[in-house]
Amino acid sequence: MESERVRQTTDPPVPFAHDAVIAAFKAIPGLLARDAALTARGRWLDVDCLLGPSTQPFHVAIRAGQIVDMTPAPVLMRSWRFAYRATPAAFAAYWQAMPPAGWHDLLALTKRGQATLEGDLHPFMAHLQYFKDLLALPRQNGFGGAS
Amino acid sequence: MSGFIEPIVGCYVHVEIDGEINRIYFEENGTGIPLVCLHTAGSDARQWRHLLVDEEFTKNFRVIAFDMPWHGKSNPPDSQYGSEYRLTTASYTTTIRALCNALKLERPVVMGCSIGGRIVLNLAIEHAREFRALIGLESADFQQPWYDTTWLNRSDVHGGEVCAALVSGLIAPDGPEAARNETLWGYKQGGPGIFKGDLYFYRVDGDLRGRTGSIDVRDCPLYLLTGEYDFSCTPEDTLRTAAGIPGVKATVMERLGHFPMSENPEQFRRYIAPVLQDILEKQSS
Repeated sequence: MESERVRQTTDPPVPFAHDAVIAAFKAIPGLLARDAALTARGRWLDVDCLLGPSTQPFHVAIRAGQIVDMTPAPVLMRSWRFAYRATPAAFAAYWQAMPPAGWHDLLALTKRGQATLEGDLHPFMAHLQYFKDLLALPRQNGFGGAS
Repeated sequence: MSGFIEPIVGCYVHVEIDGEINRIYFEENGTGIPLVCLHTAGSDARQWRHLLVDEEFTKNFRVIAFDMPWHGKSNPPDSQYGSEYRLTTASYTTTIRALCNALKLERPVVMGCSIGGRIVLNLAIEHAREFRALIGLESADFQQPWYDTTWLNRSDVHGGEVCAALVSGLIAPDGPEAARNETLWGYKQGGPGIFKGDLYFYRVDGDLRGRTGSIDVRDCPLYLLTGEYDFSCTPEDTLRTAAGIPGVKATVMERLGHFPMSENPEQFRRYIAPVLQDILEKQSS
């Protein structure tokens, strides 16, 4: 049933430019640095993970809730504990001020086949709201008309 | 206004379920047709507080919202501490009917959300004549799982935080912030393993596919309403279920998700008011 629904909705729900999605993702460390509450919520989190658009993911090093390094993948023999990758169309929709239904949550995106979640999920699940809010930061920064 | 006291009254009623007295907490307000409200998995009856104080509805309905055993202010049964909680189709159905009997409710309306929306389908299948009408919010005969429920109860993940974070995505994005926070607060306060135990019914035991075709809405009118932002019980799930039940009324609610009554009470009111009016008119005709 679900896979049938995914096949029916292959068109991007909002128009987007691939480069704009990559640029918005690259802005996340700076946005997090200015968000003291979100950083504080991640204060127990230390992890190396792979996040971002499926066409250009990034190795992200998080220490005490702060992103201390973000490098475009691939990096030779760099390991990661978990990966969350979504299509550029999915991130563009997720970052809308009013995201379309079914494109408004990280796990809605995995359910509809627009994102993948792989690896050791413990750090992701133990800090789930942190990662949802972290990856939503471009929405607050004005991507898709939000303010 | 400081000092304002809401008209909701809270009581405990002793209800015998499977041979054991359960001390069940419920809140009520209003007079008229009994309207019993069922909360979602892992939360409690506080989700209904806005409906409970709606002056238009409580003129004609005695609105009753109760905490299921193990939830909110209804403790586990004395004999069950230390055992793994698992809600089943049979135990959920028994609990609702026992509560209605204990309160001596005459053919109540039952409105349930999520697991409550699922169980009203079973009430329609097995006990339709006991009820005046049934309302399923975020209701379907089955929906596709989207996460592994073992994450909900393990010692190395904070249960309240992960439960709330999981369901946070089921709330529509533009609802009132305070209502969103309050809805999630209920999940942060659930007992260990209770959300997971409720989902045993939802995921494993309560698959009603192939059974809802026997529902006859002439015995008891059935209304299904689902929020467009609910990606757990999707509008497609509800409409697919409704397509197999002749005469059912199905509605997709805009700008609402999985918790319509608590995440955006004003928006929900636009959709539930005509349903309650329809029930009232059927009553008087």
